[in-house]
Amino acid sequence: MLTPITFYAVTTLMIASALGVILARQPIYAVLSLVVTLGAMAALFVLLGAFFVAAIQVLVYAGAIMVLFLFVVMLLDLSPEVAHRARRQTLRGVGGALGLLFLVKLWHALRSLPGATTDLAAAAPLDGTTRAIGLRLFTTHGLPFELASVLVLVGVIGAIVLAKRTLD
Amino acid sequence: MAITLAHYLVASGLLFTIGIVGVITRRNALMILLAIELMLNAANLSFVAFSRALGHVTGQLFVFFIMIVAAAEVTVGLAIIIVMAKTRGATDADALRSLKW
Repeated sequence: MLTPITFYAVTTLMIASALGVILARQPIYAVLSLVVTLGAMAALFVLLGAFFVAAIQVLVYAGAIMVLFLFVVMLLDLSPEVAHRARRQTLRGVGGALGLLFLVKLWHALRSLPGATTDLAAAAPLDGTTRAIGLRLFTTHGLPFELASVLVLVGVIGAIVLAKRTLD
Repeated sequence: MAITLAHYLVASGLLFTIGIVGVITRRNALMILLAIELMLNAANLSFVAFSRALGHVTGQLFVFFIMIVAAAEVTVGLAIIIVMAKTRGATDADALRSLKW
């Protein structure tokens, strides 16, 4: 079967590039790694039958948002982090320990989740097309949609206010 | 061997954990934002996987709203980082110690 092989290949790529995001010394490599992670995740969305979400993931996330990140990295000309060696060691220790704890907790939660072992290929077919999503978005979820547009407006105004302070 | 819901949830959990470790270990504010993006995307993956398993399209709608929140967060976050770099000359999260200036 092709799907398990694709799943494992894509997931490995996704996790590896996610590790690249937090391990890269240069911010620009971290941003490029994140683009790979998002692309791999779009492939997983296609495997799950969420075609429209996958397209939006590539266009908006990997496209627009990551370009914004790249602009800022280029604009600021960031140098690699400088931190005291002892402090960096402490942070790594704390981060690793907390991450491990979180993984253990997640594992316990997953063990007790009913239906976690349902075969997704055998699950009920799902319509992830633009038409199905749009129908839901503009009928039953109209209010959240409008509220989201207000949130974006607030974000735009906030960015302008902050940038204007720099110019003054 | 079939791919189950648990496979996707494990992948999502790993991604989220990597994001948490990134937020804690990295000191550059931009890298912290990138790690937060990782965590948001891990949540997205869970939502789409559950949507597929339960046969309900609402999970995919949540992904849209998460993306919108992420876009707004990134816009304001990056603007703050730029202001920080201009006024403090550093994008280190440790440089922001006072609550006002």
